[in-house]
Amino acid sequence: MSWTTDEMMSVEAARSLVGHVSCFVGIGLPSTAANLARRVHNPDLVLIYESGAVGAKPTRLPLSIGDGELAETADAVVSVPEIFNYWLQPGRIDVGFLSAAQLDRYANLNTTFIGGDYAHPRVRLPGSGGAPEIAASCREVFIMVRQSPRTFVERLDFVTSVGFGAGHDAREKLGLRGRGPVRVVTDVGVLEPDPVTRELTLTRVHPGVDVADVRAATGWELKVAPSLEVTEPPTEEELTVLRGLVERSKP
Amino acid sequence: MAELVTLADGIAELVRDGDTVALEGFTHLIPSRAALEIIRQRRRELTLVRMTPDIVYDQLIGAGCARRLVFAWGGNPGVGSLHRLRDAVENGWPAPLEIEEHSHAGMANRYVAGASGLPFAVLRGYQGTDLARHNDTIRTVTCPFTGEELAAVSAVRPDVTVIHAQRADRQGNVQLWGLVGVQKEAVLAAKRSLVTVEEVVDTLEPRPDAVVLPSWVVTAVAEVPGGAKPSYAQGYYERDNEAYRAWDQVSRSRERFQAWLSEHVHAGAA
Repeated sequence: MSWTTDEMMSVEAARSLVGHVSCFVGIGLPSTAANLARRVHNPDLVLIYESGAVGAKPTRLPLSIGDGELAETADAVVSVPEIFNYWLQPGRIDVGFLSAAQLDRYANLNTTFIGGDYAHPRVRLPGSGGAPEIAASCREVFIMVRQSPRTFVERLDFVTSVGFGAGHDAREKLGLRGRGPVRVVTDVGVLEPDPVTRELTLTRVHPGVDVADVRAATGWELKVAPSLEVTEPPTEEELTVLRGLVERSKP
Repeated sequence: MAELVTLADGIAELVRDGDTVALEGFTHLIPSRAALEIIRQRRRELTLVRMTPDIVYDQLIGAGCARRLVFAWGGNPGVGSLHRLRDAVENGWPAPLEIEEHSHAGMANRYVAGASGLPFAVLRGYQGTDLARHNDTIRTVTCPFTGEELAAVSAVRPDVTVIHAQRADRQGNVQLWGLVGVQKEAVLAAKRSLVTVEEVVDTLEPRPDAVVLPSWVVTAVAEVPGGAKPSYAQGYYERDNEAYRAWDQVSRSRERFQAWLSEHVHAGAA
């Protein structure tokens, strides 16, 4: 079976959730990956949506984080203050799954605006939503984003959510208690923070992707791991389940 | 005790020009019909407060009702941009819009502080982000017990909160269930409140998962069947995802939006 780059990204992101108990899920790419993981790799994975659905088991991909099916299939339904204060803030949730319009080399994220300045933005984006505290408080953060020089930028227009700040121990100094972004899965490969500098380093390319392509898709001089691996191609099962999920979710 | 009113009378009485107004409902139970009634009655200079502005505030902003927006996430869920919100922020159309921007955790806690009668709330949040630079309702406070520095956010105290619920009884006791968002806090934080409901019933059957707002903390209740559409009311109707997709097209241009406004909101108005 052949596959698209977006399918490879979803499949690889879903594999990241093997062995985890709970995942705080945003809508879009992360929701696809988390729902795929629950079907193929980790049937017990607890999906938590910021609308207050804890342990949701949707049969199709929700369009919004508050679709009715999320509450109807959840283990518990709680209020919005409760989901953030009791569930997210104390560090109870294993994985936060985020995406962004811009990301820098320390995996800080921008979902606020692009171009111009804050008062006069060229493109106003939706803003932060739950992301700043998901990035701060989940035990680990996975990021899923399509890689291009427009998204992988030298300098963010706005820091909406903190990854590793200015690198090294900047994150700890800010008092952020979760480990931060441990994995960035893109449509061309996987990046992981350097253990010391925390700079994102390419550790894996997807099948058929050249390192030169990844460099060209990055707005800074990309560090590449000496032992670069190649992602396992999607299995037939992964692709079949993913396509079924997407098909069932069409309007 | 809450008074049973029509939607038009409820808005006329409780929502005034220049008010700080919160319409809450986190994806579920969004008071959409009440928003249209505010537009129809041509309220102006409102400070609109809402965690997720959604298409209800896109409509109010495009219609020129708002002076200021207090929010955390301003997109069309699963679809993309709120084009009227963007046009106001990027181009000042139909009027410049001041913004006061938080995270969800911050907004939720601001309502909790308002409902609790406290001047501010404490949370672990915002550290290292650029949000506090542009917003003086986000500051820090030192924990008197541990010395830890934490985020402090000022309370939200709307002049009026409007929510939608499944049911009320004739005494004006309100019952809502499913994803209940931040509605209880938003009502308790406000000076006045209007609740639109799917139906008014003789007796509220108790439900173990329901939030009940007793009549004496609600100002007025209006029966508005379908009042949350195109969002949903669990037990009554599903979310109309197609309408959210269609709004993307309606809201994309000023002309198309204004045609929508005359056709769907002001048609038949004096």
